[in-house]
Amino acid sequence: MFARLVYQSFLRQRRRKLLAGLAIMLGVAVATAMIAVAADIGDKISRELRTYGANIVVYPQEDTLDVEIGGINLKPSSDGAFLKESDLPAIKGTFWRNNIVGFAPFLPLRVDVRQGTAVRPVDLIGTYFSRRLRFGKDEFVTGVRNTHPWWRVAGNWPDDASRDVLLGEDLAQRLGTQPGDKVQIAGREIRVVGILSSGGAEDGAVVAPLRFAQEILGRPDAVRRVLVSALTKPEDALARRDPDTMDRETRDRWYCSPYANSIAYQLQEAIPNARAEQIRQVAQNEGVVLSRIKGLMLFLTLAALGASALAVSAAMATAIFERRREVGLMKALGAGNASVAALFFAEAGLLAIVGGAAGFAAGVGMAQQVSAWIFNSRVTVQPVLFPVVLVVAILVTFTGSVAAIRRAMRFDPAVVLRGDA
Amino acid sequence: MNSRRKMFLLMLSRPLVVRRGRTLTALLAVVVAASVATATLNLYTDVQAKLHKEFRSYGANIVIAAREGKTLPDDALARTEAAIAGRGIAAPFGYVVAHTTSGSPVVVAGTDVERARRLNGWWSVTAWPRASGAALLGARAVQVLAPDGKPFDLSFRARKLRVAPAGTLRTGAGEDSRVYLSLADFQRWTGLKPSTIEVAITGSADEIATMIPRLAASLPEAQARPVRQIVEAEARVLDKARAAFWATSAIILLTAALCMLATLTASVLDRRKDFAVMKALGASNLAVNALFAAEAAAIGLVGAVLGFGIGVGIAAWIGRANFHAAVVPRFGILPAVLGGSVLLGLISATLPMSLLRKVQPAAILRGE
Repeated sequence: MFARLVYQSFLRQRRRKLLAGLAIMLGVAVATAMIAVAADIGDKISRELRTYGANIVVYPQEDTLDVEIGGINLKPSSDGAFLKESDLPAIKGTFWRNNIVGFAPFLPLRVDVRQGTAVRPVDLIGTYFSRRLRFGKDEFVTGVRNTHPWWRVAGNWPDDASRDVLLGEDLAQRLGTQPGDKVQIAGREIRVVGILSSGGAEDGAVVAPLRFAQEILGRPDAVRRVLVSALTKPEDALARRDPDTMDRETRDRWYCSPYANSIAYQLQEAIPNARAEQIRQVAQNEGVVLSRIKGLMLFLTLAALGASALAVSAAMATAIFERRREVGLMKALGAGNASVAALFFAEAGLLAIVGGAAGFAAGVGMAQQVSAWIFNSRVTVQPVLFPVVLVVAILVTFTGSVAAIRRAMRFDPAVVLRGDA
Repeated sequence: MNSRRKMFLLMLSRPLVVRRGRTLTALLAVVVAASVATATLNLYTDVQAKLHKEFRSYGANIVIAAREGKTLPDDALARTEAAIAGRGIAAPFGYVVAHTTSGSPVVVAGTDVERARRLNGWWSVTAWPRASGAALLGARAVQVLAPDGKPFDLSFRARKLRVAPAGTLRTGAGEDSRVYLSLADFQRWTGLKPSTIEVAITGSADEIATMIPRLAASLPEAQARPVRQIVEAEARVLDKARAAFWATSAIILLTAALCMLATLTASVLDRRKDFAVMKALGASNLAVNALFAAEAAAIGLVGAVLGFGIGVGIAAWIGRANFHAAVVPRFGILPAVLGGSVLLGLISATLPMSLLRKVQPAAILRGE
């Protein structure tokens, strides 16, 4: 009998049920989309923040002091210690390898550029552009094109296996060089394939494949420092602690969190005789900006959840209030308050489940649209969100119905049926 | 005429008082929608300025350097500050390569300590030098120059300077290998003036682009360049964040509007019996429409004013909680909120009216 009442109610009042169901669906869709986007925004902005470039630097442990002013290196090329290039692929063997977006080794030298009879000393920087490397079974591509996304090249990027170079735009202007021209560098005739604009010290330098820079220096396998760009978690109290003073459990937790400090620590373990440190300008501020954007998104999500909960309860309240005559009839026929309430709650629950499921699907679609449009990537929606959203939808629907059901039951059946209420 | 207007006002106000419950429900829907809309719009307009300020913790986005073979004039810093007119921080830096007693080279920088501290918030410093002769040592420099924390000698062009380490600086970049002195000490010792001024301007990439010619005009001896790494990344991240806020704000506004529309429509539909009675007593369509529309508009107006107040409060609270700075109320959005909610009120009153008009009053009164 009860099931038939519910069934008939849905059958006879299709339009009204559809409207209430639509309201629930809209509410749940908005809530789902907001939660999905907000939960993902940290990751997405984190990835965008990588346009600030590397946040960890690796240099030899025994190195002498850098002698560098305004990005121009004044230290003799052969002075100090070097890292081994052959050790670098191990960076992709660390615990947080999937968080490492890219790395680029650097080997700065002083070389002579001859133009006619004039000889002038310039900086030459050896690096990877987009070098294909292999660690174990993993193959990956890394270089300045990952770690320095603000570098722009007119012409072509050199091949890492070639002896072609990039010329900084200031240097190219002074030499009057165009892409495709040849210049005399360190006694060799070199082809310039592109002009680099970086907005930094590289604009006055020559940028060459690492292999070629090592050849000029006469030290194969040598690297002065490595810049690593990693996705990190904003620093908190735990991140700032010294791992050597922690107890075992805390240390494990520290080690397995993608803090800039713990990734640097792991790089130090992976590369022999190396010191790794976070580049504070990038790493520290990332956390500040990220937490502000995440915080704002959280508040907006709360506002959206509030608005959609209100929409659902308002829809339920009106839907039930319109049926007070039915309540009157049922009560006149001898139904108790409990059975009337049970009927309404069953209907509301059914609506919430159907509307909630449809709303969840629509919400996921909406989140994907927003994410594809803004970040050109997909959001990952946690499957656990589905039951959570459904339960919340049922709860909100019930709370929205309670007041209306109470009111509907308070009316005297005779008054309602006469149509005086 | 006067009595008709009185009647209209009476018919408008009585139901609002007699059916307080229903009026309050409708009003609540409007207040919530308006306050959510106000808070969202207020935050959206304010958030860019707030985020630009947060991004300034990345430090300088313009570097002014003397042209080759020239030096910066004595009043370079004053002229820079005049050009940026309080919209940022500028700090002067001078550099030389000095030698330790053992003959190894080390870069020594002179700067205005207080300005450098404000400009480079990410510098991790144990203690800033205050006294004359005190220096800030980079984390790598300190291991070479003063591992025991004792004063040491530096020489530049055969002039010696005794330096007392005051604190350690850690940045993970070139600064770690340097010694930082106060500008007064630096100038007395080397006889050189600052060669670069680092400037952090608060504002968008466009504002920075317009600042560069202004700086160049006030300092013809120097070259001002944007720090592309900082400027471009900021623009990119901000663009994405702004787009995300825009999308979510649009979703929130839409939900709030739909919710309000649904509640008001339902409350008008609920009164179809009043409508029928009025029609049966001979009221014209126009008069009934006007009455219902005026009622909805009144609820919309009152709700919007209340909602605006609450929304401004919510925005201010979020600003305080998230950015530690108040969000200034934007009264420019008040007309939008008022107009939007009155318009929604009118729509929600006229939409059901066109439905009801097709029905005979008698049918409604019979209860069909």
